[in-house]
Amino acid sequence: MIIPLEHFLIFAAVLFVIGLCGTLVRRNIVGILMSIELMLNAVNINLVAFSRSTSLDPVTGQIFAIFVVALAAAAVAVGLAIVIALYRVRKTICADEISLLKW
Amino acid sequence: MNAAAVVQDLKAFLPELCLLGGAFLVLLVDLFVKNKKILPALALLALAAAAVPAIPFRGTQALFSGFFTLDAFTHFFRLLALGASAVWVILSAGYKPLQKQYEGEYYTLVLFMALALVLMAASTNLLMIFLSIEFVSILSYLLVGFEKKNSQSKEASVKYLLFGSVASALMLYGISLVFGATGSLELTAIPAKLDDPSFYGLTLTGSILLLAGLGFKISMAPFHLWAPDAYEGAPAPFTAFLTVAPKAIGFAVLMRVLTGAFHWFSFEWSPILMVLSILTMTIGNITAVAQTNVKRLLAYSSIGQAGYILMGLAAATPLGLTAVLYYLLAYAFTNLGVFAVAIVVGSGTGSYELESYRGLAKRAPVLSACMVVFLLSLAGIPPLAGFFAKLYVFSAVIENRYYLMAAAAAINSAVAAFYYLRIVRQMYLVPADETSRIWSCPVTRFTIFILLAGTIILGLVPAPFIDYFKALLPF
Repeated sequence: MIIPLEHFLIFAAVLFVIGLCGTLVRRNIVGILMSIELMLNAVNINLVAFSRSTSLDPVTGQIFAIFVVALAAAAVAVGLAIVIALYRVRKTICADEISLLKW
Repeated sequence: MNAAAVVQDLKAFLPELCLLGGAFLVLLVDLFVKNKKILPALALLALAAAAVPAIPFRGTQALFSGFFTLDAFTHFFRLLALGASAVWVILSAGYKPLQKQYEGEYYTLVLFMALALVLMAASTNLLMIFLSIEFVSILSYLLVGFEKKNSQSKEASVKYLLFGSVASALMLYGISLVFGATGSLELTAIPAKLDDPSFYGLTLTGSILLLAGLGFKISMAPFHLWAPDAYEGAPAPFTAFLTVAPKAIGFAVLMRVLTGAFHWFSFEWSPILMVLSILTMTIGNITAVAQTNVKRLLAYSSIGQAGYILMGLAAATPLGLTAVLYYLLAYAFTNLGVFAVAIVVGSGTGSYELESYRGLAKRAPVLSACMVVFLLSLAGIPPLAGFFAKLYVFSAVIENRYYLMAAAAAINSAVAAFYYLRIVRQMYLVPADETSRIWSCPVTRFTIFILLAGTIILGLVPAPFIDYFKALLPF
């Protein structure tokens, strides 16, 4: 049985929106970073699904997805390092409490 | 693609290789050398070594199976990025808060940043565009938070990281939809596929999400929220660079994507860009009026300037695109100049508050005069570079009969002139609390004079530059 393309796209869109909502409602910065990972995974599903159906070359999307995975890991490494640096000077990782800079 | 072709392409890739080698060399030298003064000199040398092979133009060529394209357009932005990086290194060398704090790592990151921008300017494949933008973004997060134990710097870095990651996720989702609709990641292959009506909605959604991600880089209005905080919290020399180079290269990519790949769609994105550009300049300029910190004021001013530049892109005509290129060059000279003076004053008085500019004309007469020229250029007073930049953008917009937009931009320019002249008033009309002279190192002064010369020459003889930019456009 072949799962039609629409199912993948709807699943990816739902996952992306869940991630986007997570970034908006989460208060813990690590939680926000995890929500961003969800959004990137939604993109990966899209890429791989399109790679099988509409792509001119069947591997393009899969290679792109591998790049996205690698880059997400790099971005999270930098992100957590920055969060630790913030924690050292401010003793908090709650997004509501980092409000030195405004207007 | 065989090995011989790769070697052939690597020859055209010399500037990138110079920067990569330079970055590792700086890191290595830092381990063995006690005198850290040599590091900025080494970084400058690497930038100069990259600029030499970047200058000669050998015609349009596609590198690495179309991942990069070398054309006159790429060459211009390569040199702009290298020049801005050189100014950044010079300003950093005299910047006190950075001294004795991981200087080796700092200059390594500087060279990596130059490399990332040079790659971004040349990429013509959606995968490569995404990778190079992410490269620039990750380096920016690190550099914004570089000042150790400065909690503002750390906070700005976290905010930039969160906004930036969400923006790149949006852009990536857009890229995946465009890929699905067109079946290819090459910018040159996209236009042929766009007229398929069954994929119309997919492509439109994808291109708008892509626009959101790129708009983040150039601080376009709904995605500008990171900009003031990042600009204020970052080490001042990096702020100067961040307002100029990544923004200019961001515009380069935006031009390639919108007018190159999605040109057929211009009736869709042109009105969107029009509204966003009015929004960007209005938010930037109105908020700048209320600022009392010069760094933050200039941050909002640079958002406003991005709005004017976006106007030329919204016009989507050859005149509009030429105006964008001219504006980017004029803006690079002027804004780096303003920040260079602000950094010298900041390290002289120890503060970036507007009050510290009181009576500056007595304390540093030459610097104040330079500052006035830069501010007048930003405000768009003839015969400086900023005036002709605005003139070309306005004429592009009026040529397209976007009269409402021209009116909005004119009102904005008047508001902007008010807050630029407020700094001038502080310098010349308000008496100083202190009378000691402000010292600046000769190299910094020399750089400020070069930026000043650029601002004036671009304004006095704009015609050859306009001709050059007209020939540059690949679309």
